[in-house]
Amino acid sequence: MRVNEAISQLKRSFAIAKKDMLIFYLKGPVIIMGLLFPLFMFAAFLIGRNLPSRELFVVLLSMTVFFTSTAVGPTIIPWEARSKTFERLLSTPISITTVLLGDMQASFYFGLLISLAISLSAIYLSVSINILLFLIALVLGLLCFSSLTILMSSYPPTDVPADVMMLSSLVKFSLLFISGIFVPLSKLPEYGKILSYLSPLTYFVDSLRWAIGSGGYFSIWLDFVMLLFFTLLFLFGGIAVHKRVLERRFR
Amino acid sequence: MVNLKYSPHIPHYVDVIETGDLTKYYGEFLAVDHISFRVKKGEIFGFLGPNGAGKTTTIRMLTGILKPSEGWIRIFGLNMTKDILRIKENIGVVPEMANPYIDLTAMQNLFLMGKLYGMRKGEISERGEELLHLFGIYDKKDKKVCSFSKGLRQRLSLAMALLSDPELLFLDEPTSGLDVMSARLIKRIIREENRRGKTIFMSTHNMNDANELCNRIAIINHGKIVAIDTPEKIKSMSKEHTVIEVSFEPFKFKPEDFTYGEKIEIAGDKVRIHTRCPDDVIKEIMHYAEKNKLKVVSLTTRTPTLEEAFVYLVGDESE
Repeated sequence: MRVNEAISQLKRSFAIAKKDMLIFYLKGPVIIMGLLFPLFMFAAFLIGRNLPSRELFVVLLSMTVFFTSTAVGPTIIPWEARSKTFERLLSTPISITTVLLGDMQASFYFGLLISLAISLSAIYLSVSINILLFLIALVLGLLCFSSLTILMSSYPPTDVPADVMMLSSLVKFSLLFISGIFVPLSKLPEYGKILSYLSPLTYFVDSLRWAIGSGGYFSIWLDFVMLLFFTLLFLFGGIAVHKRVLERRFR
Repeated sequence: MVNLKYSPHIPHYVDVIETGDLTKYYGEFLAVDHISFRVKKGEIFGFLGPNGAGKTTTIRMLTGILKPSEGWIRIFGLNMTKDILRIKENIGVVPEMANPYIDLTAMQNLFLMGKLYGMRKGEISERGEELLHLFGIYDKKDKKVCSFSKGLRQRLSLAMALLSDPELLFLDEPTSGLDVMSARLIKRIIREENRRGKTIFMSTHNMNDANELCNRIAIINHGKIVAIDTPEKIKSMSKEHTVIEVSFEPFKFKPEDFTYGEKIEIAGDKVRIHTRCPDDVIKEIMHYAEKNKLKVVSLTTRTPTLEEAFVYLVGDESE
C-alpha cells in the first residue's frame, strides 16, 4: 500500500516538474542566471590565458552544470507563494515532499539538457572522455545541485523571489570560488583546502577531472560518495525546513 | 459523465465534515478558538464572518493545508491527521484569491490538476472539455490565462476544482469581486453541483449569496462561532422585528383586539405590526378577518435581512 502510494506520488511529481519547466524556464532571470551568466564567467576566465583544452572543458562544464541546475529552483516556491498558486497545489492530493521532488526534477532536467549540449564542446576541444565516469559524475552533480535548490528555497519563507535570489547568489558565488574550479585544489593554501572540502562543487569538479583523464585530488569513489552525501543532506534538510516553516507562508 | 475509477473507497458517513474543539494559534495569536460543527452530506454550508475572523484559517485546516494547534477534524468519516491524502483525493478546493497558472493555457491548467489527482489523459481531456463548455470558456482553452479577466480566471479556478468530480467542494469567497454574469454563472453551477449530490462548504462576505445558496450558515467572529443555523433562523436572531403589513376590505381595525405584536401602526388603509413571532400574528390576523367578515386585500411580511442579523451578531465596528 505504501509502495503504491509512493509510486503514485512520484508520478504526480513529474506533473509538477513539467509545470515548472513550462512556466519558469523561459523567464528572463532564468535565461540570464542559468545560461548567459556561466558563459560570461567562462569568457572572463578564458580571455588572456593560454589554458590547456582539458582545463577549459572542466571549467566550462562545471560552471554550466552548477548554474543551470541552480538557476530557478530556489525561486519556484516564493514565486508560487506570490502568485497564490502554492495553496492550490497543496490542497491537491500531494504532499509538500512531492512538490519539492517535482521542483528538484525540473532543475535536474534543465541542467541535464543544457549540460549535455555543452558537453559536445569536448569534440571541438579534442578532449577524450571516459563516458561512464562522465555520465555518473554528471548525474550525481546535477542531483546534488538540484537538491541544493530545495534547501535554498526553504528559508526565509518569503514570497519575494528577489530575496531568495540574492541569498542563493551569495551561496553560489562563495561555493564557486572555493571549489577548485579556477585554482586547482593542490595549489590552494591549507585553509583554502579545508574550506573546499565543505563544498559539493569541489567533488563534482574533481570527478570531472577523473572523467577526462586529468586525475583528481581525491579518489573518484570519494567524489561520488560525497556528492551522494550532499544530495541526501540537502534534500532531506530542505524538506525538513520547508515542513517546519510551511505555515509561515500562509500568515 | 466521466467514471472516476481512481476514487478510493471511503467508509459510510452521514456528516461529511466534523470538527471538535478546532483551534489554531499563529505564535501567540489565537486565530480559531475551539470551534466545533458538523456539515451534513448534500448541504451547502455557508461560513460567514468579518475580515480576520478565522474563516480562511478554518478552511485551510479543513483542506489539510494547516495543521490544527488543538482539536480534531474528520472528513467523510476519515481522520484528517491519518488519512489526509485519501481525503484530498475526494475534495475540490478554490482557495481565497487562488489563481490558475497565468503562464499556462486553460487546458494546461486543467491537465496539471488532473495529473495531480491521478487522472488519466483521456479522462482529463473529456472532463476538461465538458467543464470548459459548462463555464463558457471553451473557446479560450488554448489561450494563456494571463489574458483572462478576473471573472474568467475564477470560472477556470472552479473548473479546476471540479475536474476530479469531488464529493466535497471548499469555496473560499467564490464570487468575491466578480462581474454580475460570472457571479450568476458560478452560483448556478454551485446549485447544480449541489443537486447532483455534492456537499459544498463556502465562505463568503456576500449576504445575498449566503441567503440564496446556503442550507445552513455558521457565523464566526474573533475565531469563535457565534451562530449556526438555517438562514431564516439566523435572521430571527436579529434585534430587528419582522414587520407584517395587512390591508382589509372594508377597512376596520381595532388595535386592542390584537394580543400579539410589539408595535402596531396604521398607515392609510394598511396596518403594520412589528413582532418577533410572525406565526402567531398571522394566525391572529386571519382569525380577526374571519370573525369580522373582512376580506384580506394584501398581506406582506418583511423579515430582518441576513445582513441585519450578521451585524447584530458580530457587532457593527463602524458604530
